[in-house]
Amino acid sequence: MTIFRNAVFAAAIAGLFAGLVMAAMQSFATVPLILEAETYEGAEAPAHDHGPAAATPAAPAAEAHSHEAEAWAPADGFERFAFNVLANVVTGLGFALVLIAASELAGGIANWRQGLFWGFAGFAVFTLAPGLGLPPELPAMPAADLFARQVWWIGTVAATAAGLALIAFRGTAALSILGVVLLVAPHIIGAPQPETHETPVPADLHHRFVVAVTVTNLLFWLVLGAAVGLLRQRFLAEPERLSGRLA
Amino acid sequence: MATVSKTAQGESASAGSRATQLALTALLGLFVIGFVGFSHAEVVHNAGHDYRHSMAFPCH
Repeated sequence: MTIFRNAVFAAAIAGLFAGLVMAAMQSFATVPLILEAETYEGAEAPAHDHGPAAATPAAPAAEAHSHEAEAWAPADGFERFAFNVLANVVTGLGFALVLIAASELAGGIANWRQGLFWGFAGFAVFTLAPGLGLPPELPAMPAADLFARQVWWIGTVAATAAGLALIAFRGTAALSILGVVLLVAPHIIGAPQPETHETPVPADLHHRFVVAVTVTNLLFWLVLGAAVGLLRQRFLAEPERLSGRLA
Repeated sequence: MATVSKTAQGESASAGSRATQLALTALLGLFVIGFVGFSHAEVVHNAGHDYRHSMAFPCH
């Protein structure tokens, strides 16, 4: 399991770094806008209550009502910030694992500059494509059924990743055309939309949030790609020589 | 899983084992992202609330 171990090791370093950078960017670019949007949530509902949709995916998500037993939530302030950092670092590791696995199957990322291109691909797959149908949304904004959106989101990510891979790594015209079809198909199917887009959240606030989310995600992926490119030579290029050192 | 040879120095893992290990790597990554970003457990949702919004994951 040398390759697996080295991949996890490299992903841990790259993910930790990119996750910390992302958490820092979020703390001044996106989280303040989330907090501002929460002031538009029903006055009777606590900030963290998102209605029944969070617990039961089948319930309509448009209306938020507080329910009997409040689940634990981090306290506002440092605790909330700390959990956001934790979520970023943990998923940074997750994204790094996926990026390393995909790029190693394609021959590996040779250097940090090539890593930037892999980062662009990750951004296109995980942010750009799903964001077209399901733009970043703020608290107090209406949304369609949670489970349906998650299914569309995951399907779009998978189709976009497969489409890009077919275009980039398969030389035939037919497979490239299939790749384009896969890129476009999720948007022809269309993302689940709420019955109404009416929201107390000002359009300007939402617009700033969409830009902030998109740009921070772009930077996250560029940092992650470059970091993996830099780490690869050390941890993954010659796994057999490393086994003695890391055992 | 294909034979995972305890590689001696200089001997590289077989292509099948390499692909298996990389698939395992991707699966672990997807599991981590799925748990933090997509779990319906309310406690997990609350803990990662700001993160989910900031990543444009479907939330609420």
